[in-house]
Amino acid sequence: MTKATNTKLSLAFWSVLVLFLVWDTFVSAPIDLRNEPPLIAAGSGKASVGGHCAIAK
Amino acid sequence: MKRLPLSFALLAFFVYLALSVSIRQAVLFLVGIGMGAALAGARFGFTTGWRQLLEQRDPRGVTGQLVLLALASVLCLPLLSQYSELTAALGPPSVSLLLGAFVFGLTMQIADGCGSGTLYKAGLGIPLNMGILPLFAFGSFLGSVHVGDWLKLGQLEPIGLVSVFGGTQALLITLAGLVVAGLLVRAWVGPGRTWWDRKWLVGAVALAVLAALNLVIAGQPWGVVYGFGLWAAKLVNAAGLFDSTANAFWSQAGNAQRLTESVLMDITSITNIGILGGALWISAKATTAAQPLTTQQWVVGLVAGFLMGYSSRLAFGCNIGAMLSGISTGSVHGWIWVPLALMGTMIGIKVRRHYQF
Repeated sequence: MTKATNTKLSLAFWSVLVLFLVWDTFVSAPIDLRNEPPLIAAGSGKASVGGHCAIAK
Repeated sequence: MKRLPLSFALLAFFVYLALSVSIRQAVLFLVGIGMGAALAGARFGFTTGWRQLLEQRDPRGVTGQLVLLALASVLCLPLLSQYSELTAALGPPSVSLLLGAFVFGLTMQIADGCGSGTLYKAGLGIPLNMGILPLFAFGSFLGSVHVGDWLKLGQLEPIGLVSVFGGTQALLITLAGLVVAGLLVRAWVGPGRTWWDRKWLVGAVALAVLAALNLVIAGQPWGVVYGFGLWAAKLVNAAGLFDSTANAFWSQAGNAQRLTESVLMDITSITNIGILGGALWISAKATTAAQPLTTQQWVVGLVAGFLMGYSSRLAFGCNIGAMLSGISTGSVHGWIWVPLALMGTMIGIKVRRHYQF
């Protein structure tokens, strides 16, 4: 694979990623800035509610 | 791309996240950039380390990984026992885990990259890994769709060493387990080997600190796979090809909510984007010579990438979510994952040789 082809592939990869993020921003529910999670979870009193690959549910 | 404009682009995205999403997500993006820079800068490849151990009896990569696991455990296990807000990477010991870890270990050798490896190599601009990433995401999504059925084959409740033994004993048990692993490696490689490599050790220290930061800030351990499954799920859902409300995994309250939210609010998604960005930043000054592949090698590599995504969901994580985060937060499933993935790797190396990668 030539360097030019590799550069084109990289450009396509990053373009698809950026397009996905832009599309996602438009189709997702608006972000509620007033409901911001604590900057640091440890000691905040709020349990983590994020998704993780180890969790079965 | 030059580093200066790239740094401005990453800074601009950080500011956008801080102003439009949350400061936590912006800071997690920085943590992700650090992870990507550490992985790519040190070429900290879990897959390569295992392959070098098995093929050449070279223990340097695996020593780096053992140091990473030990340091991350020393940092994370006391935090988990101290702060009730933090959660461990607890996956259920199950038939699904056994099968998933085995297939993951096999396919990661063919795809030449695990979860984090695929990410940082895609960020570095290596063609096969850039091609694999979307397939990994769709595989991960399909695995999440099916994981409920795989769990019906048999499972135990997740076992967390911290909740069973407390923080201090959990750490001692974990460190003892790592010493045993080191002794097994010593028995395999024999005497007269070089054990330490500065590159691997620097990577191990940086990644251990960043993994602990991820836990402290996000409240959950570092993960890779969930984010990709979420991205594919959103696309498939939007295309009307999938009814998430009828699926055991995606109808769960938390997962269903994340399907409606921006992926920028998701913890693993934001660190994944950061890893890509960090690796891209490293690539601006690093030479990334990738071996040209034949059509057959491309097809085999892409299929392996898809299966890797699928099996990572069955295994409740990849080298990061199951091995690093599992072991360093006291999850027994992490200890089950390693030998099964190693067995898969033994076969994966042979398949890799067969297709002349």
